[in-house]
Amino acid sequence: MTRIELTVNGEKRSDEVEPRLLLIHYLREVLGLRAANVGCDTTSCGACTVLLDGRSAKSCTVLAVQAAGQEVVTAEGLAPAGDLHPVQAAFRRNHGLQCGFCTPGMVMATVGLLGENPHPTEAEVRAGLEGNLCRCTGYHNIVRAVLDAAETMQAEVGA
Amino acid sequence: MIPAPFDYVLAESAEHAIGLLAEHGDDAKLLAGGHSLLPMMKLRLATPAVLIDVGRIDELAGIAADGDDLVIGATTRHADLAASELVRAQAPLLAYAAAQVGDPQIRHRGTIGGSLSHADPAADLPMALVALAGSVQLQGPAGTRSVAADDFFHGYFETALQPDEVLTAVRVPRLPDVPWGYQKFVRRSNDWAIVGVAAVDGRIALANMGPTPLRAHAAEQALAAGASPAQAAEHAAEGTSPGEDMHADRAYRQHLARVLTRRALEHQAG
Repeated sequence: MTRIELTVNGEKRSDEVEPRLLLIHYLREVLGLRAANVGCDTTSCGACTVLLDGRSAKSCTVLAVQAAGQEVVTAEGLAPAGDLHPVQAAFRRNHGLQCGFCTPGMVMATVGLLGENPHPTEAEVRAGLEGNLCRCTGYHNIVRAVLDAAETMQAEVGA
Repeated sequence: MIPAPFDYVLAESAEHAIGLLAEHGDDAKLLAGGHSLLPMMKLRLATPAVLIDVGRIDELAGIAADGDDLVIGATTRHADLAASELVRAQAPLLAYAAAQVGDPQIRHRGTIGGSLSHADPAADLPMALVALAGSVQLQGPAGTRSVAADDFFHGYFETALQPDEVLTAVRVPRLPDVPWGYQKFVRRSNDWAIVGVAAVDGRIALANMGPTPLRAHAAEQALAAGASPAQAAEHAAEGTSPGEDMHADRAYRQHLARVLTRRALEHQAG
């Protein structure tokens, strides 16, 4: 067992973990944070996407020990309870989901994307989300949601 | 999927990692971004008893100019390579190749040293290193040696890297303002190349046309003798014997190599 200290959704954690424990299993099973999903489990689908020190990462392909000392953010940590992050609100407004399984990963990938590129073009949104698969929507409403989120967040910054 | 159990050791320096490799031998594997190794461990295709984490060693990260070369630390992540102003200006083909690896999440984690050591013949960075006539620095108990890209890749997932060595840095020549081309043919976004071609400064490298990234020697010679890009590209598949899979048979891969080489020689990226 290895002791890891890290911050998850703003809260400092210190836990003994098996070195082979994947970050996604640490989040879901040790901490009970179930937003990030295990989809393909092969670094393809992006349903397990979280932010690691502000950058999107697929938590099925990160060991919990690799996240030691870092800040992890999951969809649960984006906004205070009862509130929605502008990206979450934009996904709801644009109906950027159907079954919802990919949505936490899409939202986290979007937050990461808009952190790096606050004004993406539609093509940049599509390329920026190429690591996230949705089997329901055909992506159109997801792309609309991301562009809408970018606009709202810019308006908030400007306000 | 859950990897088999292993012991985890955080290496504090390259020397520490080399000492740990000497201690554990073939039972140990180096871990940096983990984006080649962890998928293999989850499938139990790799079952190292010890993982030596080199991902936090400061001396292994970073990008700097050194004379006529750029020196890129082994744990430099693809996203940082792709975004580096220095690399974009001095070795634009390498920055572009880094931006073609996987998807954004993968590029945030995967490292150049990891990708080169893993040596997937369909991968972007091994092909880019060969096209650029780059080299790798390998540090072991006997010291550091430099191995040229042309000599580094030995076979499918096999390189000149010895079990007691750490790939510490990558060198590529600074080639500002030298035209280059990069072509990667995929059926699906985020996939490995069915065939890839990188061309710069009279050199042409092919991905997934054999067990290692290959030079298209006949096409290079034709170019040097004054052939047009279209004429030279006709020779791109000469001497190759690419594998066959559900994506492409041998003849189709050779066709792709010719077409993509022509496009790359016309200095197109994309």
